[in-house]
Amino acid sequence: METIVSIKPLLAVLVSTVSAFFIIATRKNPNFREAWSIFAGVLKLVIVLSMIPAVVYDKTIISYSLFTILPGIEIGFKVDAFGLLFAMGASILWIATSFYSIGYMRSTNEHSQTRYFACFAVALSATIGVAFSANLFTMFLFYEVLTIITYPLVAHKGTPEAKAGGRKYAIYLLGAAKAFLIAAIILTYNLTGTLEFSKDGIFPAIVQSVNPELLYIIFVLFLFGFAKSAIMPFHSWLPAAMVAPTPVSALLHAVAVVKTGVFTILRIIFFVFGADLMMDIGVDVFVITFASLTIIAASLIALSRDNLKARLAFSTISQLSYIILGAALLTPSGMVGGIIHITNHAFSKITLFFCAGSIYVSSHKTKVSQLSGIGKKMPWTMAAFAIATLSMIGIPPVSGFITKWYLVIGSLERHSLAVLIVLLVSSFLNAAYFIPILYRAFFKRENSNTEPIDSNDDGNPKENPFLVVPLTLTAIISVLLGLYPDFIVQLAEMVIN
Amino acid sequence: MEDIIINNLDYPVLTVSTFLPLAGALIILFLKRGPFIKWFALATTVATFIVSLPIYKHFDKTTYKMQFVEIHSWIPAWNINYKVGVDGISILFIILVTILSILCVSVSWKAIQIKTKEFYISLLIMETAMIGIFLSLNVFLFYLFWELTLIPMFLLIGVWGGSQRIYAAVKFVLFMLAGSVLMLVGIIVLYYAGGKTFDILELAKVHYPTELQLWLFLAFFAAFAVKMPMFPIHTWLPDAHTEAPTAGSVILAGVLLKMGAYGFLRISFPMFPHAVKVLFIPLLILSVIAIIYGAYVTLMQKDMKRLIAYSSVSHMGFVTLGLFTLNQNGIEGGMLQMINHGVITGALFLCIGMIYERTHSRMIEDYGGLSKSVPVYIVFFTIFTLAAIGLPGMNAFVGEFLIISGAFKANMIIAAFSILGVVLGVCYMVWLYYRIALNEINTTTQASLFDLDSREIATLIPLVVLVLLIGLQPNILLSYMHVSVEHLLEQVHNSVQLESINAYDTINSIAGYIKALFKWV
Repeated sequence: METIVSIKPLLAVLVSTVSAFFIIATRKNPNFREAWSIFAGVLKLVIVLSMIPAVVYDKTIISYSLFTILPGIEIGFKVDAFGLLFAMGASILWIATSFYSIGYMRSTNEHSQTRYFACFAVALSATIGVAFSANLFTMFLFYEVLTIITYPLVAHKGTPEAKAGGRKYAIYLLGAAKAFLIAAIILTYNLTGTLEFSKDGIFPAIVQSVNPELLYIIFVLFLFGFAKSAIMPFHSWLPAAMVAPTPVSALLHAVAVVKTGVFTILRIIFFVFGADLMMDIGVDVFVITFASLTIIAASLIALSRDNLKARLAFSTISQLSYIILGAALLTPSGMVGGIIHITNHAFSKITLFFCAGSIYVSSHKTKVSQLSGIGKKMPWTMAAFAIATLSMIGIPPVSGFITKWYLVIGSLERHSLAVLIVLLVSSFLNAAYFIPILYRAFFKRENSNTEPIDSNDDGNPKENPFLVVPLTLTAIISVLLGLYPDFIVQLAEMVIN
Repeated sequence: MEDIIINNLDYPVLTVSTFLPLAGALIILFLKRGPFIKWFALATTVATFIVSLPIYKHFDKTTYKMQFVEIHSWIPAWNINYKVGVDGISILFIILVTILSILCVSVSWKAIQIKTKEFYISLLIMETAMIGIFLSLNVFLFYLFWELTLIPMFLLIGVWGGSQRIYAAVKFVLFMLAGSVLMLVGIIVLYYAGGKTFDILELAKVHYPTELQLWLFLAFFAAFAVKMPMFPIHTWLPDAHTEAPTAGSVILAGVLLKMGAYGFLRISFPMFPHAVKVLFIPLLILSVIAIIYGAYVTLMQKDMKRLIAYSSVSHMGFVTLGLFTLNQNGIEGGMLQMINHGVITGALFLCIGMIYERTHSRMIEDYGGLSKSVPVYIVFFTIFTLAAIGLPGMNAFVGEFLIISGAFKANMIIAAFSILGVVLGVCYMVWLYYRIALNEINTTTQASLFDLDSREIATLIPLVVLVLLIGLQPNILLSYMHVSVEHLLEQVHNSVQLESINAYDTINSIAGYIKALFKWV
């Protein structure tokens, strides 16, 4: 494949960091300040979209390198179909989240809004940085930056509970990265002398035959080291991080941060190890086992959660493992299913979180058991919620169905009955924890005896347009992705071919 | 002579760099007390930095040979020359010394109120001694400068130190003397075994019998390991670091600890290669113990300065781990990490010194919420914390990366344990940061806190630049080392082995000597 050198990837990464300085500079004037977020978001999206023709239609790779740290280790960017897919999703959703944040932060009168918007902008830089990384080192750099810069967002509220959540978040993500990733990256470097991603893997044949056990260990270290993917048993930072304001949970803990986790693992599978090597050393079985267990266990836990955001958090854990499971199937359809779920899940899950936030802002309700009859009072919100729910369960025509379809075919291609059963059982469980919410919202009468949640609750919540417009849009995009999946699938096929 | 390049500049650059601070100190001796003295000291350190710059400019990176060499006959009866030179191993320490010395003067500007004249004299003599160590090509001269560091350091701790300063200063000197006495014995034995010369390059060419190598290695090890300090002879360090004034702590952490490692590279490795090869596994194990134990003790500390002091034990464990891997990555990583540690720990000591000047408390519990009360200060502190935990793109990451890479090549299990040290390193730094920067604002110290002034910012900015520069372009430093480290490894690995010996024989033989000793007693 041809490579063209262009500064665009670097610009796409930097634009939001630069905007963070403007956000801080204009902190006295909130309208002006928020305009920078929107402006940078649109600019970022334009830069990302402008790379589509070269990457998708001309099938070239855009690259740009900055510094050489050590021989074989550099800070460099490379835009391929996979990175572009992830970057597009993240930058579109940043714009949606910026609008949503304005509505949410102002109607809840949050403190330190400048810090909030500035950190958010830098977090997006780090996310795009991960998407466009040309090598493991650059990816690790942005991965760590993302962890650090999102800590103030998670602990935003400053309450003891928020601090505890933030602490857990930092300990899990930094700790796993230090404990496992450093070793994995250094061992990879020692064996190959490079950290540059390459199609079909970077391990030379001689290493594969001499030391398969070591490669197995390295992969396991990578799998658990990238703890942002929330694969069990390193998942419990995610529910703890739900103390963050809802837009943070929406963009970061449904899209940017967790998707960074699975994106990095997929990079490792496809571009460091390669499908053939995965198969040869037999580590795919390990991944499938852990991903399957995570899917089922997280779904079961989600069933038992009454707090809406907690239920969504466990749903996220389970859905992320679909992505890893699909990739680890190592069959064409399975891998496509895993890759497209990055986008599909992003749009559906962000809709669900937006809805949870909208419900909270309008009625201060946080629990599933409080939602009786809310469908009539907040029709737009709950309609979007219903659509996203269908996507999570995998019902056509919403995008989640496309994922399930490819995953099921993938399991059949692998002749794996166990994976098929996992997919079917988990779909049933998804329905089991989501359908009751819809039933309660639309069909159950509001219990008139319930205590008002607080003084703001007049029993007659109004939807805030700043919140409703983004969530309606993301719900519509979810449907569109289900009806016209061609573009995404085409990108995914470019990744695996 | 083939392995040296005689100085071809117009003036003796190494001698001038070495003795310019001493000359400054002598002039200060005759100056009247007053604010002029600190300006003069600052000018001297800056001038030293400037006269040393041609060394980096004209340094030839493609050769391992000693460069800018100056030889003058000194005591012909003992075959002692004044011989100085610089190669890829020592050159980076020179710049470290000269930069840190400027910062030390700057940070003492207000902190040192009593006996300022004597303070700056000590500081400048210290600088001469430190540069001298790294430039000496003669064991006798090396030993002279080595001992010369003791006196000014003793004064710096003992006169301008904290409440326990006398205890700390005496402990420091006793530990150092115990080590260097054994080194002196080693030097004398070396003189006779190596053909009656003190020339380091000549001595490195001699093939010593393996058993003699072991004994000599251990004699020099005593001095170097105390300086480093390696576990279990590190106990002087927390006291000395904590009690020393900020400038003293910076010099201790930044340069003094590196003298031991430099000794290994300059003397032990080339002269006693078999001893090193026999003992490298036990030495790696000692290093890992220092890494983990040091980090673990660091976690417990309640005093910020003591916390950073103990973290040095762990960091120097990483340095020795790198050196004793005996491969290119490990040694280069170890050397780079010495520079990094000098920069980061120096910076952290400066940071702590700055708030200590305001509140006169070093206790972690007396602080909290600094991110709200002193935001500019916390920006710097955050950068240095992130650097200390090895964020990629900052300097410590590169050093750790190379060291652990070398360690994995040398021994998988030891390397795996060193990872634990990295994790603990994150724990103590992040926890410290959390407690002082993010926790609730502490009212007892709140009143006396005010943000950094421009002098303090100017002191810290060069270190921030170094942190990022080394993190993103480590080749600027590594390129100086490559050829010299390759040559060093050749000396270690290709040396002619006179008799085969392994670790068990060594231990048996040492046990035999100890038994004989007891019989004799």
